[in-house]
Amino acid sequence: MRYWFPYPLLSFALMLFWLLINQSLSPAQILLGAALGISHAWLMVNLRPTKTHMKKAWLVGRLMATVVIDVAKSNIMVMGVILRRRNRPVNSGFVPIHLTLRDENALAILACILTATPGSAWLEFDSQTQVLLLHVLDIENGTAWAELIRTRYEAPLKELFE
Amino acid sequence: MSHLTDLPLWAAIPVCILLLVGSIITLIGSIGLLRLNNFYSRLHAPTLGASAGVVLISLASMLCFAVLQNRWIFHEVLIVVFIILTTPVTLMLLGQSALYRDRIEGTHDVPLKEKPVPTPTGTDPD
Repeated sequence: MRYWFPYPLLSFALMLFWLLINQSLSPAQILLGAALGISHAWLMVNLRPTKTHMKKAWLVGRLMATVVIDVAKSNIMVMGVILRRRNRPVNSGFVPIHLTLRDENALAILACILTATPGSAWLEFDSQTQVLLLHVLDIENGTAWAELIRTRYEAPLKELFE
Repeated sequence: MSHLTDLPLWAAIPVCILLLVGSIITLIGSIGLLRLNNFYSRLHAPTLGASAGVVLISLASMLCFAVLQNRWIFHEVLIVVFIILTTPVTLMLLGQSALYRDRIEGTHDVPLKEKPVPTPTGTDPD
C-alpha cells in the first residue's frame, strides 16, 4: 500500500484542489483528480520530504479556531497602530524565542500562522540553536509575546505532531 | 451568464459590506507601508491585505456568484489557502535579506546571530 500510495493525505488534498478548481463532482473529474493526486505523490517521493504523522487530528479544529480569532484581533490591532497619530511612535521590536518544536512540517505551519497574523513577522529560525527571531509591531512585553506563542501555538502543534 | 444587476437586495447588501470592509482593510495596509517608519514595521502592513482583506473579498465573491448562479461556490477558498501558504516565503526572504544587510552595516540595532556550536565537519547539516 505504502509503495503505491506514498502520501495518501497529499494525494487526497490534490484531488480536492482539482475538484474545487473544476467546480464539479462528476465521476470523470473525480477519477482524473485521483489519478493526478496519486501520480504527483510519486513525484514527491523524489523530493524526500520529512514524513510527519498527525497524532491527534481532532485538535486541528481547535487550533484553527484560535488562529482565526487571533488573526482577527491582530488585524484590528495593526489597523489601530497604522491609523494612530504620528506623535505616538510605534514601539516595535525583535523578540527571540526559544522553541522546542523540532518537526519540520510543524515549524512550517507555525511560520504560516505567524506570518498570517499581521502583528508578527517570522524573520529567522536557526535550526541548530532552535531560536526563532520574531519581529513584533506593537511590543509591550517581549517575554509575554514569547510566552503567548509558546502556549497558544507551539504547545498545540507539539501535541498534534509529536 | 447573469448580470450583477440581477443580484437581489438581500444579497447585494452583505456583498457590498464585505467588499468595502475588505478593500478598506487592504487600503489601510497600503497606507501603513507609507506611514510606518522602518523596514521591519513595514513588513507587517501588507499582511492586513493578505489576511483579512483576502478573506473578506473572497467571501463577497463567493456569496455574490453563489446567489447569481444559484449553486454552491467554494473555489475562492483556494485563493485564501494559496495566499496563506505563499506569503511566508516572500516575507522571510525580505526579512532575512534586511537582517543580513543591517547586521553588516550595524544599523537599526538588529540582534546579532547567536554563534552555533561548531559541528565536527564544520559545515551546516541542512
